[in-house]
Amino acid sequence: MITVKATQIGATYDVVVVGGGPAGMAAALAAKDAGAARVLIIDREKEAGGILWQCIHAGFGLHYFKEELTGPEYAQRFLEQVLEHDIDVVSDTYVLDIDRNKQVKLMSGAAGVRIISARAAVLAMGARERTRGAIRIPGTRPAGVMTAGLAQKFVNLLGYLPGRRVAILGSGDIGLIMARRLTLEGVEVAGVFEIMPHANGLGRNIVQCLHDFGIPLHLSTTVVHIHGRDRVEKVTVAPVDDRLHPIMDKCWDVPCDTLLLSIGLIPENELSRQIQVRLDPVTGGPVVSSTMETSVDGVFACGNVVHIHDLVDFVTQEALLAGRHAGECVTGKRPPADNIRLVPGENVAYCVPHTISTDREHTVYLRVRRPLERSCLRLGEVYERKLRYVFPAEMITLKVRPAILQKFHGDSLAVHVLPRDGSASPEDLDDAEQPTVWHIPEA
Amino acid sequence: MTLSHYLCIGCPLGCRLEVEAEDRAIVEVRGFSCKRGKEYAEQEHTDPRRMVTSSVRVTHGLWARLPVKTNRPVPKDQVRAVCRVLRQVTTVAPVSMGDVILVNVLNTGADVVATRDMPATFPS
Repeated sequence: MITVKATQIGATYDVVVVGGGPAGMAAALAAKDAGAARVLIIDREKEAGGILWQCIHAGFGLHYFKEELTGPEYAQRFLEQVLEHDIDVVSDTYVLDIDRNKQVKLMSGAAGVRIISARAAVLAMGARERTRGAIRIPGTRPAGVMTAGLAQKFVNLLGYLPGRRVAILGSGDIGLIMARRLTLEGVEVAGVFEIMPHANGLGRNIVQCLHDFGIPLHLSTTVVHIHGRDRVEKVTVAPVDDRLHPIMDKCWDVPCDTLLLSIGLIPENELSRQIQVRLDPVTGGPVVSSTMETSVDGVFACGNVVHIHDLVDFVTQEALLAGRHAGECVTGKRPPADNIRLVPGENVAYCVPHTISTDREHTVYLRVRRPLERSCLRLGEVYERKLRYVFPAEMITLKVRPAILQKFHGDSLAVHVLPRDGSASPEDLDDAEQPTVWHIPEA
Repeated sequence: MTLSHYLCIGCPLGCRLEVEAEDRAIVEVRGFSCKRGKEYAEQEHTDPRRMVTSSVRVTHGLWARLPVKTNRPVPKDQVRAVCRVLRQVTTVAPVSMGDVILVNVLNTGADVVATRDMPATFPS
């Protein structure tokens, strides 16, 4: 049984992990495993586990645990391990600041402000949802406009329904999952509206969350006005043209008392900025080396704070790497410095990590800018691989083995995702290396 | 002769599957590009099932809701009914992950089980 106990925290730690979500828990475990004697996880919620506790649907863990788990099951498996490994967890606590000497300033209602010292830190603060302000929806400012994740917390943890009749803007996975969840709790879902001509969520969620319940998905359509004085009374929606501008003479009204927003996530980097970690303007997260170390010596980062992941399994994988290197950094083991910079090239929005080395294998995550039916992934002139179907909502993983780099002597490699020539043939698809990711929902 | 359409959920390709049936017996499946797609179409056509994940009220717990799931998939047309039953259920903390909340819900053969520990909190 997991318990929530008040931890007596010490004054010094080898590794301090900021954030107790999937990234923080995996990083702490890996740091401990790598030889860090004293490890602390700090979380601002009343228990560690992060967003997984409210993601009560299934679809997690297929890669890491090789079985399908719900979010809470995934969280509990990790939290149990954390507690077994004698890692300190302090909840209801904020990290206010970390200075260059890794003095960590904490604040909590129970213990006030404290300063502890660490030898290495792991940033695992995750992400937050984009809100109405991010897309500036015109109209009044009534109650009943909220992000899909907040509605998820209301329904799945706190036991409140956000409204009686709900419209959802954005077809991200959280929005789709909430469409189903609210329907099953007896709330009417008027429809899901997506400004892009294609759905943003996984095919599986479109089928199992919308089709199964007859919830309409309106593509190339957006909310152009919110009405209501104290509470949302209706929203006006309109189709958009090629440049995503609303066509106002085709607009219509959708009566509802709640509008949920599922319009993307932003890595939460206030603390990173404060400690002057170098940030990547595209990902919104820290620039990291192949050991997941940021530009500040001894400060590592992993999970959604670095870039938004599709699957928690990948967060775990990345966090295990960050934690291991944080632990090794404390015990004095440092791998050779990176000597190759990865540069996003044709149709690549970003890649993480930002640098790699030639001495060991690396997993590189990247995202494309545009969908491509048949494509190939090219790493400079040294490596090429066929891809089946790529689109921006799906992260691509690339394994870079030392053998690939043996004959390479430059200091940077461009990563491209290019169209393949010729017409599609079924054999071609079967030949392609196992694609990247199977589609598994996560919200 | 009937034609039914399904969207494959096996991978990002999202093949549009078509099942041709005669008196409910499948004659032909079209539109798939791998074995998984064909199997999925057959399953969806003959006996569509879903795992149900929901939550039930819990008192004296760290949170107000306890997440639960069915321990095996139930027929798709029973999903709403299962959730209606769950809305009437109240449990009391502490609860352990895997604890059975309802046995053989609506005779589907599936039990409803807790998907996390719910520690109890006592009013201070």
